[in-house]
Amino acid sequence: MGEYISKYFKLRKHNAKVAWKKAKQRKMCYLFLAPYAILFCMFYVFPVVASIRYSFTYYNILESPRWIGLQNYISLILEDDIFLISVKNTLMIAIITGPLGYILSFLFAWLINELPRWIRSVAVIVFYAPSIAGNCYVIFSVFFRGDAYGYVNALLMDMGIIDTPILWLINPQWMLPICMLVILWMSLGTGFLSFVAGLQGVDRSQFEAGYMDGVKNRWQELWFITLPNMKPMLMFGAVMSITQAFGVCEVTMALCGYPSTDYAARTIVTHLFDYGFSRYEMGYASAIATILFLMMILCNKAIQALLRRVGT
Amino acid sequence: MSKKKKSTVQKEYHKPLITRRKPNRSIAGDIVLYLFLILVAFIMAFPIIYAVSNALKPLDELFRFPPRIFAQHPTLDNFSDLFVTMGKSWVTFSRYLFNTVFITVVGTAGHLIIASMGAFVLAKYEFPGNKTFFKIITVSMMFTGYVTMIPNYIILNNLGWIDTYWAIIIPAFASPMGLFLMKQFMEGLPTSLIEAAKIDGANEWRVFIRIVMPNVKPAWMTLIIFSVQALWNNRASTYIYSEERKTLVYALQQIQSGGIARTGQGAAVLVVVMIVPILIFVFSESQILETMASSGLKD
Repeated sequence: MGEYISKYFKLRKHNAKVAWKKAKQRKMCYLFLAPYAILFCMFYVFPVVASIRYSFTYYNILESPRWIGLQNYISLILEDDIFLISVKNTLMIAIITGPLGYILSFLFAWLINELPRWIRSVAVIVFYAPSIAGNCYVIFSVFFRGDAYGYVNALLMDMGIIDTPILWLINPQWMLPICMLVILWMSLGTGFLSFVAGLQGVDRSQFEAGYMDGVKNRWQELWFITLPNMKPMLMFGAVMSITQAFGVCEVTMALCGYPSTDYAARTIVTHLFDYGFSRYEMGYASAIATILFLMMILCNKAIQALLRRVGT
Repeated sequence: MSKKKKSTVQKEYHKPLITRRKPNRSIAGDIVLYLFLILVAFIMAFPIIYAVSNALKPLDELFRFPPRIFAQHPTLDNFSDLFVTMGKSWVTFSRYLFNTVFITVVGTAGHLIIASMGAFVLAKYEFPGNKTFFKIITVSMMFTGYVTMIPNYIILNNLGWIDTYWAIIIPAFASPMGLFLMKQFMEGLPTSLIEAAKIDGANEWRVFIRIVMPNVKPAWMTLIIFSVQALWNNRASTYIYSEERKTLVYALQQIQSGGIARTGQGAAVLVVVMIVPILIFVFSESQILETMASSGLKD
């Protein structure tokens, strides 16, 4: 037993020595990477670590952080009803718009794939534009205005479906569905581009082989040939969708107000804003951020495990 | 003359429409599909078209009910109003515009250079820590920037960058998405190209500037569009509180909350904010798609 352990450490030492030697030879590489690596660690890696550490403290910026153990998490889960509402809302949005947006991205990328070249490039612009159109989603607050002059209300009243205008963005019952609609409108983003590009790259000869082997319609073609070829893009698109779905806050804040009626459109990120930058309870806000972080990473890992089975 | 010749030559290779169709497609299915696509495309485009036509409407048409989608007497009054009436306010509109342009240009340029340098060695050289670092980057794409916002605020505060442009610009340099896409794209470059240059006696820096960068121009555009999109739409209200350093999106929100008198200007800013990323995308679509073809996430 002891022999094995000493051998293991010897091997480890040897490996480290070799690595060090290699690293010395490759000094240039580290110089090239250094500017990015330093900034990346400073603004992406270190903050995650710091956020986890702050989540165990009481910290209001003015005084130095005071260690309070799990107190933040306990009060988040047991005492903060609004946090539970925000978790519920975020999960609702994520569960509905995440997968739906992802499937829509793939579906449209796939449908426009066979169009002639120039129509395809126009279609890509039309579908992709909403996700980069900046604040254009505020136009929806005109469509869904609460009085009879709001277009949706006017239309529904003209058709006789409703007789009093609905307060779309004030009535808690309607807020989330409308936010989801807007988010779906914007969901053909980076993942969609990746799908479009990936579909173009699928090897044509595989389809020919498929026809020989008796692939009958476009659905079989999709499942047996296209999807397995698209796996890396599917993974990438999933990461993009999940990140987006859990990070929702700007749309809900712009459409439903901040804070929204009865907190019906409050998401985890909105809650984070509230505690972090309105009340300056940085420790508490860090606990919220840590929970959000764990949710996203776990969800990503689970989805990736699922996607590995596609087409096998 | 030569152009004409080329097109006739190409025409000979064009096969008739019928044989170009794939064997597994029914005509009825295709027609239903196209109709469906046209419908969806209209729904997707409608809010954007509406926003643009709103900005071109004179004030009386903006409040007409029932509304018309297209302006009957399109004017550019709303845009000139932005500069004239807003020009008299305490912080002029052109100042907001300058802030956003400055942040976007500097942030994007820095990001492009720094991320390309990192991507180059990650893609083309073996060195200890190479794989681990790239793995950390892919993990960092799995959570949103909101998670790191509070420690970022504290770090920027300690650096004394709060309420300066650098609070937005410097963190944008390190956006993981750009490095990821650049690295994936650079892996497609033939290694022989780099080796040939090295035999000719070029050092790594020369190889990077002279050989690698010119060959990855499509990826430039991709980095630029993602960076511009993030920075141009940055509200920046948490890190910047001086009125004269605030951004266009922030001004947009203020104009929109300015009530009925500002409706026309609000519609105009909305267009100013959204048109830039869309135009960049329109002009560089094929290059961006070329880059995205290598965007896949392998295990």
